[in-house]
Amino acid sequence: MPSAKSSNRRNIVGVNAETVTNVTSNDFPGHWPGEDHSWNVSKFRETLRIQFFRNDRFHAEFDIVHVDASIANAFRRIMMAEVHSFAIEQCYFLNNTSVIQDEVLAHRLGLVPIVGNHRTMRNMKWHRRGNDPKTGQPYQPTVYDTLILHLQATCERIPNAPKGETDPDKLYRNHTVYARDLEWRPANEAQKEMFGSEPVRAGNPDIVIAKLRPGQELIVTSHAVKGLGKDHAKFSPVATAMYRLLPQITIKETITGKAAERLQKCFSKGVIEIVDGEAKVVNPRNDMVSREVLRHEEFKGKVELGRVRDHFIFSVESAGQWDSDEIFLEAVGILQAKCERLKRHTQRMLQLEAEKADRETKPEAMEED
Amino acid sequence: MADSANARQDVDMVDSHQERKPQINCQKYEEILIKVLPGEGPGCASFEIKDEDHTLGNALRYMIMKNPMVELCGYSIPHPSENHLNMRIQIYPEYENECRPVDALMKGLDDLYDLCEVVQEKFTEARDKFGNKM
Repeated sequence: MPSAKSSNRRNIVGVNAETVTNVTSNDFPGHWPGEDHSWNVSKFRETLRIQFFRNDRFHAEFDIVHVDASIANAFRRIMMAEVHSFAIEQCYFLNNTSVIQDEVLAHRLGLVPIVGNHRTMRNMKWHRRGNDPKTGQPYQPTVYDTLILHLQATCERIPNAPKGETDPDKLYRNHTVYARDLEWRPANEAQKEMFGSEPVRAGNPDIVIAKLRPGQELIVTSHAVKGLGKDHAKFSPVATAMYRLLPQITIKETITGKAAERLQKCFSKGVIEIVDGEAKVVNPRNDMVSREVLRHEEFKGKVELGRVRDHFIFSVESAGQWDSDEIFLEAVGILQAKCERLKRHTQRMLQLEAEKADRETKPEAMEED
Repeated sequence: MADSANARQDVDMVDSHQERKPQINCQKYEEILIKVLPGEGPGCASFEIKDEDHTLGNALRYMIMKNPMVELCGYSIPHPSENHLNMRIQIYPEYENECRPVDALMKGLDDLYDLCEVVQEKFTEARDKFGNKM
């Protein structure tokens, strides 16, 4: 059996001046002689560790320890591309005399996060694209899949503004159109009731949509639908969803005095502290693994850098439609749903194959009779 | 009498279930998203999985490789603009009789499902322990 030390080194990715070592995971059956690495849920439950460091509405930070990169990466990818949210998909311009072109404005409107009663929005349906094969006509929006947002703004001069004034706030009314000016127009009473005390609105009211000058006008009706980030980034519920591996810094020889101070400067703030004149690693989490220390001749062979291969520091920033921690949970649920769906299809495939084989053998059996 | 009442109820349930079928992708539900590619042998097979990418492909590859009966599992996305992936599974010859490649695939899916369950459980636990949502 391997010693505890070598077993610990297995999950350390070495970071050298020019190379990285020990990159790929090797926790597979047959890789290490005499060890059992087959999948075991109860063992996984024992070893898996999740710890939170921050859980705000718009930002969650947590560590997931003892999962493989392929799993962590699946969660990250789903958070970005496969968790649904609402965004404006169609814009109908009734008037636009501003300097910003229709198509550019439509794109800007699309990027505004649309929020409202979360439960209702989850339960709303997907708007179908393309034509209905029965009628040949495009699918019509319904109360259950489309939200109508209206934007109307006219810029006017404020009468009797002082001469020589240059501040647009004192000269013009409505000179800037914000996301908060998007007004939800429920298609009917039922839709209004569905949202109750949490009406549909822009997730961030202060987004500037357009700037106007006196005489310019903007009247746009837009349809918001449910979508996925893999279709268009505007549907992605996260601003960023990322992870990094926990850095590991090993000081192999005692470094003291002025050299310790120089060593401290090679790392991010708070990583190295000087205790009784000796450099000590206190918080490797803060480090960004700049590898600066490896450039200095005096620290050659004294300091080793690495990253823990199965320690993921996740950071999820929500765009507003979901709470940041909810996005992760939803992503895990979506991965489960993917597994279920593929399993169902595999079973169906096997069933069809069996039926086919049955059909092929049956006529022969009848002939024999 | 009771039997016929039961039978009618069963039929009703099936009907209402069909009505509740999600409207989106309803045509895709008819189409089977997985097929076995030509060149299948006793302990080896390649599958073509539609509508999936690296997200499921790599995670599933890892879970299948965790199966001690599997000699090789790999996947590839033949072309980035085609929305499907190929997954290759080979079983050690000594296990060929007890485990078909498709069984290893199904076990991988089950294992991944269980893993997600544990992650969800632990995540909720850790979050509730951390508490204060600001």
